[in-house]
This record gives sequence, structure tokens and C-alpha cells, in this order.
Amino acid sequence: MKRSLLIMTLFIFLLAACGPAPSVSAIKPPFIETGISSETWASVPAGDFPYGQHDHVTFVEDFDIMVTDVTVEQYAQFLNDALASGDISISEFEVEAGEVVWHEEGVGGYYEGDPFDGYKHEEEIKPGDKLFMPMVDGLRLTYDGSLFTALDSYTNHPMTLVTWWGADAYCEYYDYRLPLEAEWEKAARGTEMVDDHGLPFPWGVEIHGNNANFYSSFDLFERMFGRLGNTTPVGFYNGQTYGVGEESYETHDSASPYGLYDMAGNVWQWMGDDYHDQHYRYMRGGSFYSYEVDLRVWKNNSAGPQHYSPSLGFRCARD
Amino acid sequence: MKALGKRLDYLFRSTRGLTLVAISAVAIVTAIWGTLSGPMVEWGVRDITVNLLGMDLTQADREGRIIMLYHTIAMTIVAIEVYFMTEILPMKRHEQVIINMTTTVGYLTALIFGMGFAYFGHNFVFHGLFLLGQSLLFFAGILLSAALWPWKKEYRLEADSPYAHTKKGVDLERLAFFTMAVATLLSATFGAVTGSYWGNGHETFLGEDLIRVPHKTALQKAIIGHLHIMLTLVAVAITLIVGRWMKFQGILHRVAMPLMIVGTIIITFGALSVVWLPWAHTTIYFGSVFVMFSALLYVIYTWDKLIKDGTADIEKPTFGQKMGALLRDPLKFGPGWQMVFMNFTVSGVGIFMAVKLDEIFRVWPHREERITLTGHWHILAALIATIIIFYYMDLSKVEGKKRKWAGWTIIIMSDLAFASATIFSMKRLFVAESEQQSLVNTVMLLMDLGLGVILVVLAMFLIWRLYDLFKDKGYWNEEFSAEKKMNAEAEIAEQQKKIEELQATLKEVSK
Repeated sequence: MKRSLLIMTLFIFLLAACGPAPSVSAIKPPFIETGISSETWASVPAGDFPYGQHDHVTFVEDFDIMVTDVTVEQYAQFLNDALASGDISISEFEVEAGEVVWHEEGVGGYYEGDPFDGYKHEEEIKPGDKLFMPMVDGLRLTYDGSLFTALDSYTNHPMTLVTWWGADAYCEYYDYRLPLEAEWEKAARGTEMVDDHGLPFPWGVEIHGNNANFYSSFDLFERMFGRLGNTTPVGFYNGQTYGVGEESYETHDSASPYGLYDMAGNVWQWMGDDYHDQHYRYMRGGSFYSYEVDLRVWKNNSAGPQHYSPSLGFRCARD
Repeated sequence: MKALGKRLDYLFRSTRGLTLVAISAVAIVTAIWGTLSGPMVEWGVRDITVNLLGMDLTQADREGRIIMLYHTIAMTIVAIEVYFMTEILPMKRHEQVIINMTTTVGYLTALIFGMGFAYFGHNFVFHGLFLLGQSLLFFAGILLSAALWPWKKEYRLEADSPYAHTKKGVDLERLAFFTMAVATLLSATFGAVTGSYWGNGHETFLGEDLIRVPHKTALQKAIIGHLHIMLTLVAVAITLIVGRWMKFQGILHRVAMPLMIVGTIIITFGALSVVWLPWAHTTIYFGSVFVMFSALLYVIYTWDKLIKDGTADIEKPTFGQKMGALLRDPLKFGPGWQMVFMNFTVSGVGIFMAVKLDEIFRVWPHREERITLTGHWHILAALIATIIIFYYMDLSKVEGKKRKWAGWTIIIMSDLAFASATIFSMKRLFVAESEQQSLVNTVMLLMDLGLGVILVVLAMFLIWRLYDLFKDKGYWNEEFSAEKKMNAEAEIAEQQKKIEELQATLKEVSK
């Protein structure tokens, strides 16, 4: 019996000792040109659409929305512009989440605060200087003391590690805004009904690994860097076949009915809604960390506005 | 034909046979539907299952499908517990037969047609039959509660009985079973009433998706209360059942049973009052203390018993000898150990979450909090399943090396899997998202390994039972004969008592 237990324990430890997987910050992917411009906008006309998992008919006014997520290069440009205009600063910021307060070095600026209802579990978001982007490992841009520059291999990847304030500040700076959940979902799924349901994915009713970047989708970067993978350049899933070294990877054209890319997978996207009785901000779309079920267009995620992550980005909308 | 009839007779008319059918049903559902998620998806097995069986997996219906899957598995587990109860608790033979029969037809109808509706196109005739199956199981619950009525004179205990009882001899263990059964019926009613609003003001949802919604509807709260209390009551039932198996008695039993009764009532009230009381959680915590303390007394009693029985022939046993005795029989040690282990992976996590909710868990993204929530109740459900397996293996007379290997493999591998699942669900405490993959890969591997090995052990056990069914004089025959003998003796005693009563009546009227 003792011998059996010993063998079993050894077996378990051997398995547990499998080689370490690289962290996201350690990955240096090759630059891949997708041919999709991050400067493009799409127009979504006013009208009804099936909203949410249960397809509630909902009206949304017309609006424009970015075809891709904001890229690292675009965000670097914003930081440089806003630094020059004095709208943001590099400093140590106090971050408050729940009952915990800590300080983080990064880029930040003023935020006017949120209405506070004092509801159970609601945290007050007071006016003041807020952290937009922490200076941490994994950041895809460098700062040489005067200028932010996107890392070569990441220029056309979605900007990540931005708080909700950082995303909101980018959009506000250019007179845009973050999309609302209903707007985002309409842009993602359109108005088409198949078998009495709205589309569950931007491109249709089924999902394959070649449609989007999600956990274990066996995309190009998962092949190169392990199962975790990495973000893909914006607009990657456009029907092109990419060749990197000996690797060749075919994608399906997975644009939404309005021509938007990456509305499922790659990175979660911050939404602009501020709901009563709660301080959470919502995210949509799922990410390269998500299982495919979280890529369904009605699924959301939430966190306080101070949250940032390597799997979280944003895009802007405008009226 | 006669041979087949005899086997069917065993499988559907004996407690052991019925339990074997139900465990096999859960195993088959787990084996097939387990391929639709987790690593099986990554390996492409899901697509094979879906194509082979012609499943219809509409994306918008996923939550509804999962709810029906939970219900069919839960119905089957409840059926197994009912079979155990009708076997170990004194009741009339006809009560046992009618309860088991209604239970069997109920859970099989719910399982077959529930899964048919959920996964193979939405045929609403199937949905109706799914509801019929659940209704039959509910009716069986009413019959069980009636049969368990603890104030019947014939079930009262003698004053010197080592089992907990009142001054008037009311069996408190029976009262605990009765309380659990009635609480289950009440909680099922909450689910059923809310379910009747489905498509009529109520929409399908998974509880964990709503945790951050500040204003939930009464129907949503009713479902959340229902799902929590049903699993708790399944846990209470198995605790009482294994207590009976281990002949839990004496002073600890006398303390434990009132605690279990009071705890069951308070916790049920607490969970259901979520609908209208803002302080329902406080009630739940309060009730949990009673139930968990009662379970602790069971653990103390059984471990002490295992040590005493195992060292009975040693005058002054050493610590090592005592430990040896405690660990000698994994099937009997297992239930208590799993209850202790549960404190680290379920209760402990739950309490930690409650205490640190605003400080930690609500700071994490919702998806992370959700993983912790779903993780801890999946672990509780799986721990209950292992305890059922321990008990059924003991009933099946798995002895010698097979008993030790099977028992220890289940304990070690399940604990490995559940500990890994707990670390996975709480990973944000130890590692940032960008650095998590090594940890995730390791714990996922250990989780899959642990659960996979348990399923292999269960499959081997069931294959042995299946192989045994092909033998004329197999163990099944022995089990069936023993049960028939026991039932016949019980029925004769019942009949004799009845004859005596009738004779007394005749004597009285002829005066």
C-alpha cells in the first residue's frame, strides 16, 4: 500500500513539474500586417435589433463605431498628444478598489467622478486624478522620458492594460465616447434573425478556431507560444492566410454585419454605461483568455474602473 | 428470457439493483455530456459526440440546456438517496415498494425526456414528460415523508436506546430524515412555482451570471435560493445516511441529531427567505453552524470508532497503530475525511468570500468571481458523489486489495482534483493574469487527471457489476436473495402483527 501511494505521489509531482509556460509579457511576436486600417469607422443606422440572449427588441439611435479596437500605436499617439497638451501626467496615483487602497506609477489624469447612490456593495467614484495606464511589465509601449513609442511587433495589436478611465480619456480626448452596451451589441450582431434568434457571433451561428482569438482556438500565436497564446493584430480574422516562418495560418472572414472586426475574442472591450446603484463598468466580447461561450455577443464581464488587464482593450463610438 | 427477466427483476425491484441502475445512469450522462466541455472541447471530442448523437446545440439555449442537465443529474442523485433511505429506515414493505417505484419512474422519465428536450431539438412533448418525471419524484417525496412520520408508535425507541430520542421515544434521527425530506419538498416547490413562469415573465439564467446585478427580481431570487438549498439538503441527506451506515450513536448522536434538525430548518428558511428578507444570508450562516457542527460530531464519532475497532486486540495502542487503524478501511474513513476536506474547498472558500467580498472578490472581474462560485459548488456536488460511491462500494462488498485501491484512489485523486480546482478558482490571489499560464496548466492537468482517474475507477467498478450480471450465480444473485429474504422476514413480521391486531379486533367485537 505504502509503495502504491509513493508511486502515485511521484507520478503526480512529475506531471505537475511540466515545463513552465511563458508569461504574456515575455512574448515577442512577429509583426503581422492584416490590411485592416484601425482608422476606419463604420456607421450603424438607427433601428430595432434583437438585444441580449433572449432577443428583446431594442431600439438604438444611429451612431458610428471604430472598425477595430484602439491599437497600441494609436494609444501611444494619444499619450504623446495629451502629455504635450497637459491633459495627462506621469506620476504615482492612488488607486482605490473596494476597501483596499494602493499606489501605482503610471499615466493618469483628472476624472469628474460618478453619481453615487450609496447602494449595497457600491463603491463611490470620487472626482480626482485617476490612473489611466500603469507602467508595468507587459506594457506594449516604451517611454524614453519624452515620447511614448509602440513596440514594433505590437503596433497594430489592441491597446491593453488600460483602466476604464484610460479608455474613456482616449475617446473623450478626440471628442468620441465609449460605446454603450446596446450600441456595441447591435454593431456586433446586426439585426438578422436565424431560427428565431439573433446572431450569437458577429459572423454567424457557429464558431471555429479560425473565426476568432479565444482560449484553445489553436490560432497562430497559440501554436507559437503555447495554449495561452497572445492578442492578435486588429482585424486579423479577415479571411487572409498568414505565413510566419514555417507556420501558415488561414483565417475566416469574421467581420460583423457592419464590417467590424474582433467583436468576439482577442480582448474584452470597455463599455461606456454607468448604471445606477453600482460602480462596475462593463466589458463585452470575450478575449484570448476566454472560452468560446464568453464570445457570444450578449455575454458581458464587469470590474471597477480601476481594473486593467492584458486581455482588456476598447474602441470608441461617436454620434 | 427467464434469465433476462430475473436480471430485470433484480435491477428494478431490489434496492441494490435500483441503485446500480441510477449510478450507471449518472455515469453514462457524465461520460457523454462530459465531452461537451473542458479539455474534451480542446481535443475535438465534443464535435465527435455532437455529430455522432445528432445533438442540437443552439448557442442561445446553452444556459437552459445546462439547467436541465443539472436537474436530471440531481434527480438521479436524489433517487439514489431515496433508495438508501427506504432500505435503512424502518418502514412498511408496501411503502418501500411504492416509494421506490414512483421514484424510479420519475427520475428515469425526467432524465430521458429532459435530456431529449434539451439536447436533441426542442420537442415540447419531451418537456412535458420531463415535468411529469419531476412531478412523480415530488410525489415520491410526499410518500417518503409520510412513511418517515417520526411520531408513529411502532418507530419509537426504547428508553435505553443508544440513538438520540425524546423522552417519549421519538427517534430523532428519523425526525432529522423527515425534516430534510419535508424541507426538500418545500424547496422543490419554490423551484417549480418559479419554473412555471418560464417564458411568461421569467427567463432562463445561471445564478452565477447575476451576482453583480443590484436589483434581482423575486423569481430570480427564488431560483437562487432553490438551487443553493437543494444541494445543501442533498448533503444533509447523505450525512444522515452514512451516519446510519456507521451506526452513529451514543452521546455525540444525541447532540448531533437535534443540531441537524434545527440547522436544517433554519438553513432552509434562510435560503428561501432570500426572496423577501435582506438579512437572509445571516440566517443561512447561523443554520450552517448547526449542520456543520452536527457533521463534525459524526466525523469525531466514526474516526474514534474506526480507531477503537482497529486496535481492539492491542492493550495499549501507539499513535502509529491508532493511525493505522483509522486509515485501514478507506471506504469507511472516506466519508468523514471528505466532509473535513470540504471545509477547505467549499465552506472555507465560501466563508472567505463572504468576509472578503468587497475587499477582494468584488475587485476582481466578474468572470473571476464567477469561477470561484461555480467551482465551490461543483466541488461540493462531486464530494457528495464520492461519498455515495464509498457507501455503494461497501454495500457491493468490494473487499481486500480492491477495496483499498479503489477507496484510496478515489480519496487521493478527488482531493487532488478539488484542491487544484480551488487553487484555479482562487488563482488571482497568487498570480497576475499575465503570469498565470504555468499555474493554470498545472492545476488544470491535475484536475483532469484526478477526475479522469476517478471516472476510470467508477467505470471499472460498473463494468465489474455488469460482468457479474452475466453470471448465473453472480454477486447480484446473492444480493437479491439476501434482500428478498430480509423483505420476506419483514413482511411476515408485518403480517403477523396485522393478524394479531385483527384477532384482537375480532375478540373485542365478539364480546
